[in-house]
Amino acid sequence: MTSLYCTLFLPLLGSVIILFFSKEKTKLIKYFSLAISLLTFVASLFILFNFDSSNPNFQFYQETIWVPTIDAGFRIGIDGLSMLLVMLTVFISPITILASFSAIREREKEYYFMILLLEFAMVGVFISLDLFLFYIFWELILIPMYFIIGIWGSKNRIYAAVKFFIFTMFGSLLMLVSIIWLGNYVGTEILETGFTTNYLKIREVSNLIPQNIQGWLFWGFAISFFIKVPLFPLHTWLPDAHTEAPTPGSVILASILLKMGTYGLIRYNLDLFPTSSIEYGSLISWFAVIGIIYGALVSIVQTDIKRLVAYSSVSHMGFVVLGIFSITAIGLQGAIIQMVNHGLSTGMLFLLVGMLYERRHTREISEYGGIARVMPVFSTFFGIAMFASAGLPGLNGFVGEFMTLLGAFTSPFLNSWAYTIVGAFGVIFAAVYLLWMFQRVFFGTNDNPANFNLKDLSKREWTILVPIVVFILWIGVYPKTFLHISENSTRTLVNKIETIKFGHGSFPQLQTVELPKSPSNAIQQSNQNKPVK
Amino acid sequence: MDTQLLYFIPLLIASLFALFTPIIDVFSGSNKKIIFYTTLLNFILIIVANLFLLSQPEFATPLVNINQTGDFLSEFLKNSIVLSSYTIFFDLIFAVAGLLTLFGVRQYLIRENYEHKEFYSLLSFSFLGMMLIAHSNSLVILFLGIETMSIPFYVLSGFIRNKTSNIEASLKYFLLGAFATGFLVYGMAMIYGSTGSLDLSLIHTKIMNNQFNTIYLAIGIGLLIVGLSFKASTFPFHQWAPDVYTGAPTVVSAFMSTAGKSAAFVAFIIIAKAVIPMNLSSAGQLTHTSNFITQYFREILAVIAAFTMLVGNITALMQTNVKRMLAFSSVAHAGYMMMGIVANNSDGWSGIIFYASAYVLMQIGAFIIVSLIEKENDQQLELSDYNGLSKNNPFLAASMAIFMLSLAGIPPFAGFFGKYFLFYAAIESGYLWLTIVAVIATLISLYFYIGLIVNMYFKTQSGEIEKVHIGLANISVIISVIGVIFLGLFPNTIMNFAILFFK
Repeated sequence: MTSLYCTLFLPLLGSVIILFFSKEKTKLIKYFSLAISLLTFVASLFILFNFDSSNPNFQFYQETIWVPTIDAGFRIGIDGLSMLLVMLTVFISPITILASFSAIREREKEYYFMILLLEFAMVGVFISLDLFLFYIFWELILIPMYFIIGIWGSKNRIYAAVKFFIFTMFGSLLMLVSIIWLGNYVGTEILETGFTTNYLKIREVSNLIPQNIQGWLFWGFAISFFIKVPLFPLHTWLPDAHTEAPTPGSVILASILLKMGTYGLIRYNLDLFPTSSIEYGSLISWFAVIGIIYGALVSIVQTDIKRLVAYSSVSHMGFVVLGIFSITAIGLQGAIIQMVNHGLSTGMLFLLVGMLYERRHTREISEYGGIARVMPVFSTFFGIAMFASAGLPGLNGFVGEFMTLLGAFTSPFLNSWAYTIVGAFGVIFAAVYLLWMFQRVFFGTNDNPANFNLKDLSKREWTILVPIVVFILWIGVYPKTFLHISENSTRTLVNKIETIKFGHGSFPQLQTVELPKSPSNAIQQSNQNKPVK
Repeated sequence: MDTQLLYFIPLLIASLFALFTPIIDVFSGSNKKIIFYTTLLNFILIIVANLFLLSQPEFATPLVNINQTGDFLSEFLKNSIVLSSYTIFFDLIFAVAGLLTLFGVRQYLIRENYEHKEFYSLLSFSFLGMMLIAHSNSLVILFLGIETMSIPFYVLSGFIRNKTSNIEASLKYFLLGAFATGFLVYGMAMIYGSTGSLDLSLIHTKIMNNQFNTIYLAIGIGLLIVGLSFKASTFPFHQWAPDVYTGAPTVVSAFMSTAGKSAAFVAFIIIAKAVIPMNLSSAGQLTHTSNFITQYFREILAVIAAFTMLVGNITALMQTNVKRMLAFSSVAHAGYMMMGIVANNSDGWSGIIFYASAYVLMQIGAFIIVSLIEKENDQQLELSDYNGLSKNNPFLAASMAIFMLSLAGIPPFAGFFGKYFLFYAAIESGYLWLTIVAVIATLISLYFYIGLIVNMYFKTQSGEIEKVHIGLANISVIISVIGVIFLGLFPNTIMNFAILFFK
């Protein structure tokens, strides 16, 4: 219990304390926030070690009623779906803070305040089990991220920040309406206990929501998440935000913020609106596949390294969405592991691009060439991240992409090979844009005088990169450690949805959730019980 | 003493202060501090008295009907005044608004070189008017309250009488306000003609029992809505608001656009409760005709709300003057609050209570900051004047950012909860489309609220604003910031009470 609270509130506490530091003591502020984020990581390890991965239900569940009149509560808990993402968040945060030491050179106090606040909100998004609380954390992310892009970003930062804010807010507001509608419908028509946003309560009866309402609610949530993911064609904010944000900002955006969208799709869309998920699954999967190909093709023609990596995110997140809407255990697990992978490899690519930028102050591919000769260690790290991102077997990216494609291939819901066949081209294109970029930047002749005297990695930069590489290799070679954590929760979820569609699930031994009887009957019953107005 | 008499105290204090401030004004000579502190005492006493009433045991149990007055009082007042219940809360809202404004007033007037003592008497009188509105249970008292509030407002908006912008605002406000009052009185007369009573609870009973003339009632409600729409500055009677709020002294705009608007919405609640009753189980069954009237006017109000939100926000989008932008956004906020009237149930009304509390804090806070940054003769009011504010005035910029985020309805600030409660009330009562319009309006509003933050934080300018002397206004800014955050974190402090009020 305590460890969960610590993981959530330590960053908040830290950010509040930073407000009281003097503006001039930048060194103190830097090391203090690093210490806080490391402590948070240590606290989260206690959750991980006490986490029972054979239990598909929520663990460490805590409930405190917050606003009784609307039954909004401070309800938090962790299951197999969120465990890995929480770990990813607290793992990436100290790394970004360490990377900020060199990337952020003005207004440090505000910056570290913002970044710790961001960490608080990100952990909150993944562990909240109340729709209202979830929405608050979801929105809370917007404020620090907006400032991080807007104050510390590069030239076009204002445009990017405002675009990011308005895009995300558009989705969020749709979600807000859906949350209230859902809470009101479930509270008054099904449970008859009054308005509620309790996730667990709503989940139990979610398949009693009539199809037409469910469909609207599904899209209300989904559009919000698709914007965050981002799914083609809602991705246009991403290249701008990624490119203009400072390096640590891009890392957090890519590694964690995008995952919130896909996490939301699993947690809310699949779990709360299973019938609609089945109905619209194939449509969404097509958009995911288009996103995979589109993102890859656009990446090929980019001349700015950072923009290239940004567009590659569109492609990679497409795999995740495809895995999710395959609604198979393997596809979902692939999606979750792919989220972690993308967080690690794309995050690392952004870090590396940032390091290069700090040395040369340009991100144009044409400015470089033959960097491998002056910066051999840097090039090696870049190579690892690049291959991980391209999905080379033995590194993490391969595991995730393979599993999502396999999931889509075997899915009884999508029921077509076309998704996998088209999606697999994305892997090939990924190799094209990444390898071509790598070749242009690192090989060839080093004929630009500005590149002659570039320094190789410093100790701090080593410290930033090595932990990521360890996990890239670990997931690549022995993914079972990680897949094991999410295994039972995903299977239970898949079971539930399969039972709704086919009457039985693939994992009968996990059938723990007792589903209410045939939806139409139950609705009629609840209607009869209602007092006639 | 009868405990029910206790509830009479706030109204008594306000009346006494309003009557005696002009007298003190006369006898205090050139000493301007005395009257300032008298007014301060007025607001503080009202706050203390109401907080004391809130702590009374009646509020612990929701079942006690606290709307009943004692025998003596009901004889004396002929049931024309409501004591306790929601009135306590609105008294608090008005008093807090007055207090926050008061802290900003002095240095503003001194800077404009126009600190005349009447200002404080006028403030006390308009404050008394608002309290009368909240306490009224009779159309006459309601009208009396509205006029006692409005007339000092006409004067206050033209207070600095050597400034053309002030005179223009005052004249516009007065002419249009007088017009709206006409509608209001005419509507009241129609309702009196239809039901034969001025007592709102009696009118309510008669409507429930089908003892009314349908056509007169419908016309009466329509005219009342027109009159109140003007006071609340909702579409299409909002045209005066931006001009008046921009032209009037900034501190006056702060008071008018928050407390004045809240008062207009209490009037709306009181009227809606009585004359457009819903088919609530506790109140009995409505007849076909009155149910039709209710539904008809709810539709009209919903359309008004939708247009108010959209028009307010879209026009605010075009503004380059911060004061004018806030003025237009205040129109839009009236639209959000209107959703509570459309919902026409206890959730909607308690939503309005919460929204009004949040709105008072954030809007006054924002206006006070504008008044601090502004220079003589309406200088430094443009958006571009705020460029780089965060460099030299980090506190002001951070507070302004919080107010803007709260006005935009971003959690965890109070404005978000206000919107949440109102959206909830609207969806609950079947107005999903109105909520979606509200969402679109909110989205539009984001652009200019965020735009101000862009100017303050992301842009720089060559001739930067020097450090602003905050002085006494510091107190209002700090109270507002703390209030906005506190209500955001613990909204149930208000909601727990508000839910009881309309049970």
